[in-house]
Amino acid sequence: MPAVPDVRVQADDFDVGAEIERLHAGRRDVGAVASFLGLCRDEGGRLAALELEHYPGMAEAEIGRVAAEAALRWPDLTAVTVIHRFGRIAPGGRIVLVATASPHRGSAFAAAEFLMDFLKTRAPFWKKEHLAEGGDAGWVAAKSADDEQAGRWRR
Amino acid sequence: MTAPVRLVYFAWVRERIGFADETVELPEHLGTVGDLVAWLAGRGDNFAYALEQPAAIRVALDQMHVAHDEPLGSPREIALFPPMTGG
Repeated sequence: MPAVPDVRVQADDFDVGAEIERLHAGRRDVGAVASFLGLCRDEGGRLAALELEHYPGMAEAEIGRVAAEAALRWPDLTAVTVIHRFGRIAPGGRIVLVATASPHRGSAFAAAEFLMDFLKTRAPFWKKEHLAEGGDAGWVAAKSADDEQAGRWRR
Repeated sequence: MTAPVRLVYFAWVRERIGFADETVELPEHLGTVGDLVAWLAGRGDNFAYALEQPAAIRVALDQMHVAHDEPLGSPREIALFPPMTGG
């Protein structure tokens, strides 16, 4: 049975330690947990905050589809957690957590990277920049490098 | 006319159109997703501005990504938005 992904889209912050603990609590078969934490950076002091807009319903569904694909590609994954926040997030704030568990590190590392690459290009979220000097600088443009990262996984 | 469909817009597509959602009756001649985008662009200056570069517009039918050359079919909800920047 592939791992059943735990996908959450929420305004609230999350506790990274508690989420990692949850991935292996009470189990004896997990040898590796890999995690990626995405944070809001201030772009050299330029930004006051990022505002994340999302498509309610599709955001959860699309992350779920990507996570289900990861669970099929790496069948030894024992658990997958993806949490993505929306709303206004100040520099230093947490935006996204991807955490994967497996018996050995290879699957956990690879699946976490796969998940992040596809979240970037498929999950319906958009970032708007709010400036430290006031006002907004508009919407962050998508990067072609992100499409190339995701393209690496085609097979 | 076909059944009413809910249209939803996000990020700068929403801002340029000037509202987040609406319910419309689509004409029957729209064969593909691209035909829909072209028809929407003709609905006024705000739509023309939002959709001035059709290739930059992403479309989801009932919350599934689709390419512009795919058939439109008869979805209940259609979303238009810019390339995504989450993660």
